[in-house]
Amino acid sequence: MSSNVIGIGARPLRKEDRRFLTGRGNYVADIKRPDMVAGVFVRSPHAHAAIKSIDPGAALAMPGVLKVVTGEDLKAAGIGGLPCGWGITGKDGLPMKEPPHPALAHGKVRHVGDPVAFVVGETAEQARSAAEAIIVNYQPLPAVVGVLDAIKPGASLLFDDVPNNLCCDWALGDRAATDAAFRKAAHVARISLVNNRLVGNPMEPRAAIAEYNSATEHYTLWSTSQFPHVVRLLMGAFVLNIPQHKLRVVAPDVGGGFGVKQFHYAEEAVLTWTAAKVGRPIKWVCERSEGFVSDAQGRDHVTEAELALDEHGKFLGLRVNTIANIGGYISTFGPNIPTNLYGPLLAGVYTTPAIYCEVKVVFTNTVPVDAYRGAGRPEATFVLERIVDVAAGEMGIDRAEIRRRNMIPKEAYPYQTPVMVEYDSGDPKGCLEKALAVADWAGFPKRKAASANHGKLRGIGLSTYVEACGLAPSRIAGRLGARGGLYESATVRVHPTGQITVLIGTHNHGQGHETTYAQIVCEKLGVPFDNIDIVFGDTDKVQFGMGTYGSRSLVVGGAALSKASDKIVLKGKKIAAHLLESSEQDIEFEAGEFKVAGTDRKKAFADIALAAYVPHDYPLEVLEPGLEEQAYYDPVNFTYPGGAHIAEVEIDPETCIVSLLNYTAVDDVGTVINPMIVEGQLHGGIVQGIGQALFENCVYDDVSGQLLSGSFMDYCMPRADNLPRMTVSTHSTPCTHTPMGVKGCGEVGTIGSPAAVANAVVDALAHLGVNHVDMPASANRLWRIIKSSSLQQAAE
Amino acid sequence: MRTFEYHKPTSVSEVVALLGEGAETQPIAGGMSLLPAMKLRLSRPAALIDLSGIEALTGVTATAGMLTIGATTRHINVANSPTVRNAIPALAQLAGAIGDPAVRNRGTIGGSLANNDPAADYPAAVLALGATVVTDKREIAADQFFRGMFETALEPGELITSVKSPVPAAAGYAKLQNAASRFALVGVFVAKFSSGVRVAVTGAGPAVFRLPAFEAALSKRFEPDAVSGHGVDASGLTSDIHAEAAFRAHLVLVMAKRAVAAALAT
Repeated sequence: MSSNVIGIGARPLRKEDRRFLTGRGNYVADIKRPDMVAGVFVRSPHAHAAIKSIDPGAALAMPGVLKVVTGEDLKAAGIGGLPCGWGITGKDGLPMKEPPHPALAHGKVRHVGDPVAFVVGETAEQARSAAEAIIVNYQPLPAVVGVLDAIKPGASLLFDDVPNNLCCDWALGDRAATDAAFRKAAHVARISLVNNRLVGNPMEPRAAIAEYNSATEHYTLWSTSQFPHVVRLLMGAFVLNIPQHKLRVVAPDVGGGFGVKQFHYAEEAVLTWTAAKVGRPIKWVCERSEGFVSDAQGRDHVTEAELALDEHGKFLGLRVNTIANIGGYISTFGPNIPTNLYGPLLAGVYTTPAIYCEVKVVFTNTVPVDAYRGAGRPEATFVLERIVDVAAGEMGIDRAEIRRRNMIPKEAYPYQTPVMVEYDSGDPKGCLEKALAVADWAGFPKRKAASANHGKLRGIGLSTYVEACGLAPSRIAGRLGARGGLYESATVRVHPTGQITVLIGTHNHGQGHETTYAQIVCEKLGVPFDNIDIVFGDTDKVQFGMGTYGSRSLVVGGAALSKASDKIVLKGKKIAAHLLESSEQDIEFEAGEFKVAGTDRKKAFADIALAAYVPHDYPLEVLEPGLEEQAYYDPVNFTYPGGAHIAEVEIDPETCIVSLLNYTAVDDVGTVINPMIVEGQLHGGIVQGIGQALFENCVYDDVSGQLLSGSFMDYCMPRADNLPRMTVSTHSTPCTHTPMGVKGCGEVGTIGSPAAVANAVVDALAHLGVNHVDMPASANRLWRIIKSSSLQQAAE
Repeated sequence: MRTFEYHKPTSVSEVVALLGEGAETQPIAGGMSLLPAMKLRLSRPAALIDLSGIEALTGVTATAGMLTIGATTRHINVANSPTVRNAIPALAQLAGAIGDPAVRNRGTIGGSLANNDPAADYPAAVLALGATVVTDKREIAADQFFRGMFETALEPGELITSVKSPVPAAAGYAKLQNAASRFALVGVFVAKFSSGVRVAVTGAGPAVFRLPAFEAALSKRFEPDAVSGHGVDASGLTSDIHAEAAFRAHLVLVMAKRAVAAALAT
């Protein structure tokens, strides 16, 4: 084997970082097309208003202005609305309400930032000036902002044919069994909580360029997308009626996605349609403040939950009632997130026998809500891990001990939960015990006393979790309402000289795919690491693929790549058998060499590749020349990474600032391909979860629907100086159904961390009788809680 | 951003002449507030006069009991100045904690004072120190300079050239940062002179203000707990998504104590 074989388990530096760190990445905003012009969107300043008229006259007369497009123009051209990729069914058996989502608003605007017109100018500056000159005559309507207001009788309606603003009233689980469990409970713990809305804020804002070639009738769209093929399918087939072979979508280097870029956005369709009308390529680059009101947002639940326990703290039943905000329109996967990706995770890592969950999915006059890193699973984990702490506190059981008593034992896997999913593998207790040891859970009282000596309140919090990712088994997803498949594809193209180009349907936007995938091929085919390149993100180069989200790339794409590599070996054996005058059954492939078993006769991988492309001595009668194989892989189940996270905080009771002192994560992500990349994913995910727990909050004015946290001056992202050194490790049980045993690690950090941090904050305040703190645990929120709890205690 | 004329004069008299050319002409020092406003099209000057080429406007000097800082002296240079550190260490510490390194490397004291952001740090120091704002036309006492939210006593076309501050016997600054913007959620500067103590608060209200009750208490006894009994009236204080007025009032007390403790520690 070559010395340059860097296989599974190695931690090479990332191939892609050379271009990123030297400023030679190729982002959409970097791309310049001949005769390119600029586009700017006019967006609604109102949360809810009727559009009485739009007068582009003054704008059209301004220098450099080429075109103004309104919603009425698109409607007149027969352009459909943006499609939803995943429909859900209510507990009454009826499909969700699915009102149209026009690419440019007509008749009405439904959130601040709703696009109402598109202006094309020779320069961005000219287009922007013209956009300001467009006169839109709005008639403001009462806005509904919070979900509780939206479903009140008499609330203002976003859509005339959607009563109570209710998109869907969804349920999962056995209600009767759950009610029965509560009847025999020795104790019932209750909690009311809010899962705060978040803005994704990838480092690179969204951007797009659209171009039309009238000679070939070809459209090209460059977009900051996590799934260019799906954009081609959704936009071509459902919005603009462009045949797939006439539409190319390119997602080049993309600076972070987190879900925000896994939707088909209005801007993509409007640019593509307008580029053909204008006859010149059009570029649009979203400004940060524009992203705040147009990128789909995340979370935003209001939940009440009850946990029934027996006298020993054993969970008997869980009842969850959630109202989920999906904003002003249905975004691509919006309805699926608070339902199918939420309810089935409420079992967590516990043996709770009966679970019933109801979710009301509600429209409001806010930016649409859709998948954001974790997507439904952090929300489920937060409910469960918070209520377990509440129960432990009320019953006087140690928080680690109550979890031990209820955990699914390692031997019990595969484990069927009462809420749809069957976990294939896991060892929650192993993760928990390791995390407790690493975090020195037992030594906490001493540290708490030391903090108290300095006048500080110290708390420690624990969260276990399991998630469902590796999206997804198409058959199951289809039963749950998915309107597409969720397999993945890979092509392994061996060149005549033995080097390899992989074409894969996932999209790399920070995950390190170019490195991880190369390691898989390296391991499988024994080809030097440097001789493998990964190509993605261009529908004209890569066969159909579903893209990157839901921690699926390695799990599903990596499996396709593994399968395609196996096919290469199979064909290589046939060629080798011919060249070595042996039978195919006697050929062994190991470390990049095809050998006749039990002999020293062998052919190197590159020799086989050459023979395949220069087939002078080759079994042409029975075997095609060439060495290129493709595989599609559709998983048989979700994967279920899990783990245990522990956070330790200190609160200054005067300023009420929370300082995160220690963070420990032990995660079961299955087989690890590149430990460095896994650690990076965990660090990043954990920081996003810490962001939700302590800092980030998307706030709208309750009455006007104006976004009050519309810039980084008001929306607080976590920063390096907010974070402690994290201790991150894995405790893996291999997945039993993926080819390499991988489970995925993109979202786990975001799923385990909010509850761990929140539980630590509550623990620090437990002496005041506090049993819940909503996120983010901001200074002002804690000051109120501390003040009212102290007053209450003084009064008692 | 709208296109604009750009001038880079080398003397104050040239600036004054250029400013006389029209209301849409705007001086720019560090640009830490002006440039973002221009990018958002909230500010659209027709011409900018870059002050960074005027040597006379920058630098720090100290004479008997008086510290003078040129208007275009950057925060980083105030923070690192041995002269400032020696005369008023609290001021150097304040400058070293403004915003982030990028802001400190560009932002200037004159720019901060002319802008008078309700949550800026420098106004608290200048008001508590009883400093004097020197312009191309006159000298303005701090008590007359800060008028309200983003409002100062500066006339149109008037340019700050320096700030002169008496050197106190002791001074301290304590702030709690807004977690998002890192501006002061509440910042309190205390300065102790032989004539008495002055206390100024930033971040808590529409503009920087003094706290006479705290000043009287601290003039009697310069200890952190001297202010303990004095509640802070929340009416008139700012309420926003980061802090309600009552929390800001609470923080004024906490930060005042910490500022006194800091003053005593130096």
